[in-house]
Amino acid sequence: MTALLHAEGLSKQFAKDDVAIVALRNFSLTIEEGSFVSVLGRSGCGKSTMLNLLAGLTQPTKGEVLYRDRKLSGPDIEIGYLTQSDTLMPWRDVLRNVELPLEVRGVPAKERRRVATELVERVGLNGFEKHYPRELSGGMRRRASLARMLAGAPETLLMDEPFGALDAQLRTELQEELLRLWQGTGQTVVFVTHDIEEALLLGDRVVVLGGLGRIVLDRPIGLARPRSVDELRVDPEFVSLHGELAAALKEGSR
Amino acid sequence: MSRTDELVAPADDLATGPVRVSLDRTWWQRHGVTTTVWLVRVLLVAAFLTLWEIAADRWIDITFISKPSDIIERLGEWIGDGTLWSNSWITIQEIIYGFLLGAVAGALAGFVLASLNFVYRVLDPFMMALYSIPKVALAPLFIVWFGIGMNMKVLLAAATVFFLVFLNTAAGVREVDRGLIDAVRLMGGNRWHIARKVVLPSSMTGVLTGLKVAIPYALIGAVIGELVASNRGLGYLINDAAAQFDTAGVFATLVVLSIIAGVLNVFVSMISKRVNRWKPIDD
Repeated sequence: MTALLHAEGLSKQFAKDDVAIVALRNFSLTIEEGSFVSVLGRSGCGKSTMLNLLAGLTQPTKGEVLYRDRKLSGPDIEIGYLTQSDTLMPWRDVLRNVELPLEVRGVPAKERRRVATELVERVGLNGFEKHYPRELSGGMRRRASLARMLAGAPETLLMDEPFGALDAQLRTELQEELLRLWQGTGQTVVFVTHDIEEALLLGDRVVVLGGLGRIVLDRPIGLARPRSVDELRVDPEFVSLHGELAAALKEGSR
Repeated sequence: MSRTDELVAPADDLATGPVRVSLDRTWWQRHGVTTTVWLVRVLLVAAFLTLWEIAADRWIDITFISKPSDIIERLGEWIGDGTLWSNSWITIQEIIYGFLLGAVAGALAGFVLASLNFVYRVLDPFMMALYSIPKVALAPLFIVWFGIGMNMKVLLAAATVFFLVFLNTAAGVREVDRGLIDAVRLMGGNRWHIARKVVLPSSMTGVLTGLKVAIPYALIGAVIGELVASNRGLGYLINDAAAQFDTAGVFATLVVLSIIAGVLNVFVSMISKRVNRWKPIDD
């Protein structure tokens, strides 16, 4: 596997009056093509800052992000980003929201409609194409956001606690759905979460972050796929990994 | 049913979303409250007019309050000799031109200035200062500049409308959700895409709110202009009637003005409906 996304010595600080708040300090990470990497960390450890930098939304104060050995100077259409909060356009219905990335790219209307309809169906939203985001439940809005991101056909997906605001039941459903959508596509995923179970269920590799983006633990996860939450919970390997990650998180917060 | 089957099942079967069911309601259940409200309104107006008719000249001097029958008679007279229509038309034209001029200028200025962060910061206090001037106080100046013809009233109405539309548009543009802009940037959108796909639709609420609150002010601006100096229009009619102690004439003009205001309010509520189109459905 080759390195697809590479962060080198990233630092990010936000200036406010006479002080700068440091969110990330000297952070380096390499993501291999086609892998599913879970990034685990407690709130405030710089996870979102890191993703914003990897997505090219913000520029690092120091260091650089390389995507396919090119320096990333702004958002790239090959990189899809599913943010923590919903950013569906409230004045567009589900279908037109999913069409948006294609619209920006100048795809003809007919083709747009076809791709969007298919994606809406794939995320299980058929029947709700004409609904506005406010008329949908939180879970359905997440599905719509997912469909919109996939409409851009990115080869890399960045996800920032995408299911954080959902109830446990729905979360499990969407996690398994994500795995189903991802498997066999060859897409690379960086999945940020604060939930150990989620990190283990999804990732090929788990990176545990401490304060300011310090990497506490970086290890591959050998659990067999397809994985299911209910079976994993009693798997001895899963239980020991869970303990290891919990300890790493604790160490990271010191 | 296995877990995966459940996930790809049609969305209607998912317990996570709202479900639509048809309701069978009678005509009265549907429109009962509205009908009652309208009935009470009509009764209230009838009672008020009757009381006024009785009170006039019996309890209160008719010179001050006139009476409904006189007012209707005066309206009939004015309609007959064409006074009413010619003067109303003048006022209506002033309202329309004033509103269009002010609204277009206000919306354009709002978009442009609010998009240019630095310019907006520099100009903001000046705009607020100009906005705070009571527009009536500008009337004498406008007379000097534009004479007492229709131009002066149109511009007075436009000046009022301009600031209301400008401020609301600018607020709308500046309150655009940062997340939505980033979403379009991530799709590879440039400044033009952001302006068209995010800023324009997102600030529409602000623009429409501005248009909505500005409509009555176009009427106020036009009539005040006419009250200050004119020889035509409804404002002139009020002045003229009052100068002759013709209370019935003043009230007759007020009736016409409230009809115009009523029609304008219909436009306002049409705009409001449009504003709320992507808001959640009622109850």
